[in-house]
Amino acid sequence: MKTLKFLIEKEFKQMFRNPLIPRLIVLFPTMVLLVFPWAVSFEIKNIRVDVVDHSKSVYSKRLTDKIAASQYFILHDTPPDYNAAMLNMENDETDMILEIPASFDVDLVKRRESGVGVAVNSVNGTQGLLGSNYVMQIVNDFSSELRGELTQTLPPQTRVSVMRLKKMNIVPQYKYNPALDYKKFMIPGFMVLLLTILCGILPALNIVMEKENGTINQINVTPISKMNFILAKLIPYWAVGLVVMIISITLSFLIYGLWPGGGVVAVLISAIVFILSVSGLGIIISNYSETMQQASFLVMFFILILVLLGGMFTPVSSMPAWAQAIAAINPFNYLTTAFRMLYLNGSSLADVSGNLLALGAIAVVLNGWAVFSYKKRG
Amino acid sequence: MKQFIAFVKKEFRHIIRDNRTLLIILGMPVVEVLLFGFAVNMEVQNIRVAVYDPTPDAFTTGIAERIRQNSYFNYRGSVQTMDEMEESMRKGELDLAVVFQQNFQEELVHSGEADVQLLSNSSDPNRGSIAATYTTAIIAGFQREQTDLIQIPFQIQTENRMIYNPLMKSSYMFVPGIMGLVLMIICTIMTSVSIVREKERGTMEVLLASPLKQGTMIFAKTIPYMVISFIDFVIILLLSYFVLDVPVNGSLLLLFFVAILYITLTLSYGLTVSTLVDKQVNAVIFSAITAMIPVLMLSGMIFPVDNMPGTLQALSAIVPARWFIEVVRKVMIQGLGMTIAWKEILVLAGMTLFLLGITIMKTKKRLE
Repeated sequence: MKTLKFLIEKEFKQMFRNPLIPRLIVLFPTMVLLVFPWAVSFEIKNIRVDVVDHSKSVYSKRLTDKIAASQYFILHDTPPDYNAAMLNMENDETDMILEIPASFDVDLVKRRESGVGVAVNSVNGTQGLLGSNYVMQIVNDFSSELRGELTQTLPPQTRVSVMRLKKMNIVPQYKYNPALDYKKFMIPGFMVLLLTILCGILPALNIVMEKENGTINQINVTPISKMNFILAKLIPYWAVGLVVMIISITLSFLIYGLWPGGGVVAVLISAIVFILSVSGLGIIISNYSETMQQASFLVMFFILILVLLGGMFTPVSSMPAWAQAIAAINPFNYLTTAFRMLYLNGSSLADVSGNLLALGAIAVVLNGWAVFSYKKRG
Repeated sequence: MKQFIAFVKKEFRHIIRDNRTLLIILGMPVVEVLLFGFAVNMEVQNIRVAVYDPTPDAFTTGIAERIRQNSYFNYRGSVQTMDEMEESMRKGELDLAVVFQQNFQEELVHSGEADVQLLSNSSDPNRGSIAATYTTAIIAGFQREQTDLIQIPFQIQTENRMIYNPLMKSSYMFVPGIMGLVLMIICTIMTSVSIVREKERGTMEVLLASPLKQGTMIFAKTIPYMVISFIDFVIILLLSYFVLDVPVNGSLLLLFFVAILYITLTLSYGLTVSTLVDKQVNAVIFSAITAMIPVLMLSGMIFPVDNMPGTLQALSAIVPARWFIEVVRKVMIQGLGMTIAWKEILVLAGMTLFLLGITIMKTKKRLE
């Protein structure tokens, strides 16, 4: 126990001898939480539309005006034909083309139905889909408007049926995030990202640095047990992670008014278990690396996988089965889910206990491996 | 020139002899492109849904049945109480609940109106709203079938065409992003760490004693890295084309040119970092943080730049990957040529010159 205390003291001294580290611990979370939440949004506004109006009738004008008035769209141009509009899309001047056929008004009045064509840039598939859904909504609104105005022109039999159309009122209610604010969803994710980067990269460089500097040989000739050595390496990152968490929790409350409904204690407990698992991963990488360059590539490799397959940016539930299997052993996924539940759903520590157990199991395996893979013989 | 070539050869040997590092540098992009290319997508699937139906009737069971059969939904049956529903939503076991009012059918037939509420777990706003939209569409479809009209008058059909990505594959959007991210990380860490390492170990001093100018020497060092990074790019491109089925619609030559330009830029960034720090740890931390977070957040790789507020759009303009990703999407997916791509290429070239300028200035200062 006494040895451990001294070892921990050594680690802290080593860590703070590099002036970048204390600055990093304070400034990095501050910068990330101050700037990046504003960048995340899938809500699309300002879709630029070109309307190709072959009909040039009252109805087509009304539809065009309705699109232009919508908060989602900006009427960019009304080119004479589709090819001209397509050229605009190629030049990245417009995102969407609405083509109204020449017979639009005649069809509406005579046949009581009509159609329009929508072409949308779908390099970003989700955006393309959302954009065309918005157009469809506007077109549907327009057609029920017409139904109201033109009921009188219908034959009596149909008119009665239209009047008798039954109405199911579908009322969506967005629980936990009624304003559909993407920032609130992403901020718990940013906290996990910060912990992963700081408590993953630093330990990954730690032992390999001692190898490159030759100081590891001095440790290896002492009677310090492998267990104590690794523990002494791990514990300082707990401290680092807790400082990062306290800064993050405070900032996200002050700037975004976000406070964990499940309690700060629950958030900190989950963070502690998580830090243990990523730091363990870092130490394993450090043990297996010969140079700091190798360690840094490897740790970035794993961090990218943890983050991009961890449900922070894209949902785990839409991944193929094999990727979901990876997510099942991904600590990032468990903590992100737990933080989001604690922050947004108001879940309690008991509600996230499954996630914590999984994190604990991962931490035990990784740190066992870390102790095992540290060889005292050079 | 002869000296220069000899120096480049020496650096090549250094790298090739370090088998492990080489394996990591060449293997990392392969694994990541495959993992992310297949797994990362924004589609909303497997929506876990439950129904709360106090008085089941033909209409409510009909709607529930439609939802159960829909492939986007994972039907979890019906809940008996609202409390039960609330609890499983709070535990994160449920994404959406369809709540019918009492005596739904009776209300609908007699008063012509009935309420159905969709409680959508919107902690993820994207998922929450799309899940509600899907459900609304299903109920509206069911409603249309209940009318005695052959056709509701004054309907306007919309015929949708998805340009450039008709199958709406997420990989079309993500592959250029992954290219930008992986190259940025590898190139920056590779150059910055290896040069700072020589500084840290003092071998730089030995090199400085050689008759080669320091500037020339540093550029000789980056040439092997350029070759390796280009091989990485080709590997990613081949995997994207043959395994992920992402098309190369534009000129391959132009794509290679853009890649070489971007690699030069990211290597120059690594050089710049190496002039700013003097410890390997700091080089790694600095490169890792500046190469990863801005690319993930501001490059348009995941979150479209057009959606960001003005200040952040301006900030994103200094992220090299933003321009690279844009131009790769244009050339690869949209099949556009130089007439459109020149703007991004110009920005990338300008950034490269700027960073090289800083590096040369900083290096000269050290010689004095």
